[in-house]
Amino acid sequence: MNAPVSDANRPLLEVSGLKKHFPLRGGFLGGVTGYVYAVDGVSFHINRGETLSLVGESGCGKSTVGKAILKLFDITDGQVVLDGRRIDNLPAGALRPMRRRVQVVFQDPFSSLNPRMRVRDILAEPIRNFGLARSRAELEERIAALMDKVRLPRDAVNRWPHEFSGGQRQRIGIARALAAEPELIICDEAVSALDVSVKAQIINLLQDLQQELGLALLFISHDLAIVEHMTHRVAVMYLGKIVEVAPKRQLFAAPRHPYTEALLSAVPVPMPGAQRERIILKGDVPSPINPPKGCRFHTRCPYAFDRCRAEEPPLRQTEAGHWAACHLHDLPAEQNPLAGAKGAAVLAV
Amino acid sequence: MALLEIENLQTHFRTPDGIVRAVDGVSFQVEAGETLAVVGESGCGKSVTAMSVLRLIPEPPGKIAGSIRFNGRELLGLSEREMRDIRGNEISMIFQEPMTSLNPVLTVGWQIGETLRLHQGLDKRAAEARAIEMLQLVGIPEPARRVREYPHQLSGGMRQRVMIAIALACNPKLLIADEPTTALDVTIQAQILDLMRDLKRRVGAAIVLITHDLGVVAEVAERVVVMYAGRKVEEAPVGPLFRNPRHPYTQGLLGSVPKLGSSLTGTATRLSEIPGLVPSLKQRIEGCVFASRCAHATDLCRKVAPALEAKAPGHLAACHYAPRESRGAAAMVAA
Amino acid sequence: MASATVASPAAPPPPHEVAAAPPMPDIMPPVKARRGVLGFLWRYPTIAIGGALLLLMVFVAVFADFLWTVDPTALAPARRTREPSAQYWFGTDMLGRDVYSRVIYGARVSLIVGFAVALLSSAVGLLIGLVSGFVRWADGIIMRVMDGMMSIPPILLAIALMALTRGSVRNVIISITIAEIPRVSRLVRGVVLSLREQPYVEAAIAAGTRTPVIIWRHILPNTIAPITVQATYICASAMIIEAILSFIGAGTPPIIPSWGNIMAEGRALWQVKPYIVFFPAVFLSVTVLAVNLLGDGLRDALDPRMAKRI
Repeated sequence: MNAPVSDANRPLLEVSGLKKHFPLRGGFLGGVTGYVYAVDGVSFHINRGETLSLVGESGCGKSTVGKAILKLFDITDGQVVLDGRRIDNLPAGALRPMRRRVQVVFQDPFSSLNPRMRVRDILAEPIRNFGLARSRAELEERIAALMDKVRLPRDAVNRWPHEFSGGQRQRIGIARALAAEPELIICDEAVSALDVSVKAQIINLLQDLQQELGLALLFISHDLAIVEHMTHRVAVMYLGKIVEVAPKRQLFAAPRHPYTEALLSAVPVPMPGAQRERIILKGDVPSPINPPKGCRFHTRCPYAFDRCRAEEPPLRQTEAGHWAACHLHDLPAEQNPLAGAKGAAVLAV
Repeated sequence: MALLEIENLQTHFRTPDGIVRAVDGVSFQVEAGETLAVVGESGCGKSVTAMSVLRLIPEPPGKIAGSIRFNGRELLGLSEREMRDIRGNEISMIFQEPMTSLNPVLTVGWQIGETLRLHQGLDKRAAEARAIEMLQLVGIPEPARRVREYPHQLSGGMRQRVMIAIALACNPKLLIADEPTTALDVTIQAQILDLMRDLKRRVGAAIVLITHDLGVVAEVAERVVVMYAGRKVEEAPVGPLFRNPRHPYTQGLLGSVPKLGSSLTGTATRLSEIPGLVPSLKQRIEGCVFASRCAHATDLCRKVAPALEAKAPGHLAACHYAPRESRGAAAMVAA
Repeated sequence: MASATVASPAAPPPPHEVAAAPPMPDIMPPVKARRGVLGFLWRYPTIAIGGALLLLMVFVAVFADFLWTVDPTALAPARRTREPSAQYWFGTDMLGRDVYSRVIYGARVSLIVGFAVALLSSAVGLLIGLVSGFVRWADGIIMRVMDGMMSIPPILLAIALMALTRGSVRNVIISITIAEIPRVSRLVRGVVLSLREQPYVEAAIAAGTRTPVIIWRHILPNTIAPITVQATYICASAMIIEAILSFIGAGTPPIIPSWGNIMAEGRALWQVKPYIVFFPAVFLSVTVLAVNLLGDGLRDALDPRMAKRI
């Protein structure tokens, strides 16, 4: 492996201008009739040991970003740079050693494990692929250590996936991701399919593992309360674009994009009778096949004005580390409904 | 007399490797016009309870026992024909999956009108007029056009609105909503919850809301039943339940949910976990159903199943160790 | 948050007198859990019945020599077209051959053709389907060829292929196999395409597993169940096609008794001597039914969506 020497100040992962357009095929000869603009120019970075959350509603392209980083398909445009080395254009052979450094945990604990492999073989696969064990004994040792890390009994390695509950299977999925000794784990809705009490177990496990191993996490989720609990920074996506990126506290205290604000106010909170400002968005998310001109959010935005319909706002810095893509910030502060710190009113805290 | 009185409901299923006691002795009442939430995790029996009320459980392999009285009338003794007159008419139901609950080859208007033609004998034209009215009620723009569209032409949120329109078409006295917003995005969920609150004011039907989402419960319910492993473990008005949960399971459940705004209030702490797994419902559980996961369980809990007792007025919990608020007021309630 | 963690007072004694919940009665008679092979067969009676009938047929075919048969090709012009009797259980045909013996020996051809076609077309179809599912440029070509073949009814394709060669059991097997391959490869391709999207396959790619290993370890084992089910249906259909081919004289040569050619020979006398057609027809129907029952049972038993769910 000829990975360049790691530079501690350099971000672990840098994604710039990422685009993924899925062709739509139709007609008699299966020609391309259009594109799904699933991800349409997304840039962000993740530092070592940091959790960045990618939030948004279904169809916003957040999972596609995760899969693009994993190179489960070819991207349309943009760059993915891991530790200073561009990986999106590597051929399969050169990519394989880089794959060790980025692993994934999926949402569905039932389809993420091969039903016809025992737990031992599931965990052994990445260890063998990346040559992390020199002997049979070392392999067994590593598998046992992984089971300890995810708090499953060691003797469970001889069992089949269907013998486990959803939460236990998610632990096995996490162990498989850890087996490669990655630096970054992409958690694609990793706790969304779990029951409330099991969800807490897995969230705690992920946090403990991150502390212990210094992992960076790309936490892809639609659940803002969990994101707030887990993350250092948040990127909010809408229709294939990032509309806001900020450190957690800043984003929750003072959202600078109307979509973020509406999203926060829409989450039901388990506090009966909470007095909070409600913003109920009209209508539905437009289709990513034919996204609106101008700002993609203008069809649902309560503050939209003429400029929003014509001109697409770029992502720009509003405070240190806080980026938002909204024309409102060009208005004088007294006319800008997003100028203050409205988070508390919206969240009822 | 309450609108719906469920007493000692048991719904069991016969499977090749044993009888699954999906619901095992659940009792609660729903008053006219109130919103009752039934919460619990998957497999706790909340959906089966709802399906049992409408007798939508296939028998066999299922079997329902106990008593379900609606408006004083025992539903478990009714014939299938009499049940059909009640379903969709006096009691209606909305489901989680708005796509699979609608028939893809019939127009939206036809499907809303169907219950009206069936139960109220409206003719085609009157039914369509009422369907347009219903679409308007549930906030669908251009109802006169939408009424002729097919389900695939509508978005997920729109379809759920149509489901609600169908459910409300006959002015039911009771609406059972089984995870009505679980499949929806958060901004769409907010729209539907808003609609449900608004409709409740205008239509006045009682709602039984089946959900696992404590946030949704807090936003719309007036009273809450907490279920675990086929039993009711706690019941209380929504305020006391969230402020002062009495059952260790409810406490654990509330502690395991991260609170939105935790980063602002500085209350971001480690989530409390409920250790272990839900017990198998294929064996009869001796003692308290939660004993195997409860931090406070004693030998007593493992041997003797606690009765549901009023720990405070209107606040029932099935726990030997949950204190009663005042000895005099607490009356025993037969489970 | 604070309120949520209010603990119930720990340790006994309880703060007040113990109130026990009344026990809940059983509302159903207990289920006797049946495990092992017998439990499996009890759960899937179609597998038990279909499997038993099929085993019986295999037994009959293998031990035909010992089942009170005589030479099925021995001509006896003096005893033509006898009715069924104690001596000739199923009667004799127009050449005086013992119909019982012919039907019993006929089972051999049917079963050999059925099993061989099922095996061969599954193997070839699996290969073609895997290539089609993984090699994008080949997929278009292969699938158009398969579409073309599927536009011809299998029976017609088999007749056309038989017309090119002379009748023999081997050629019957080959031509029916060719006619059945498109069905299997389409199925396998579909399964492969859906498996490729499975998170566990994506996780394996992320874990650096090479494509051949992914096919061998993650794709192939999960295609076995649907292919097995499909193979039983192909087996049944092959038996029928074989019988039709033999019936119209395009299949098994007349010298080898097969249910199809026994029926063909009895056809002329159908109205006066129906038993010559009746007995091979019953055997064919029962065998095809057995294989189909087995297939239906396997489909239920192997369907992953049904597994481990209530």
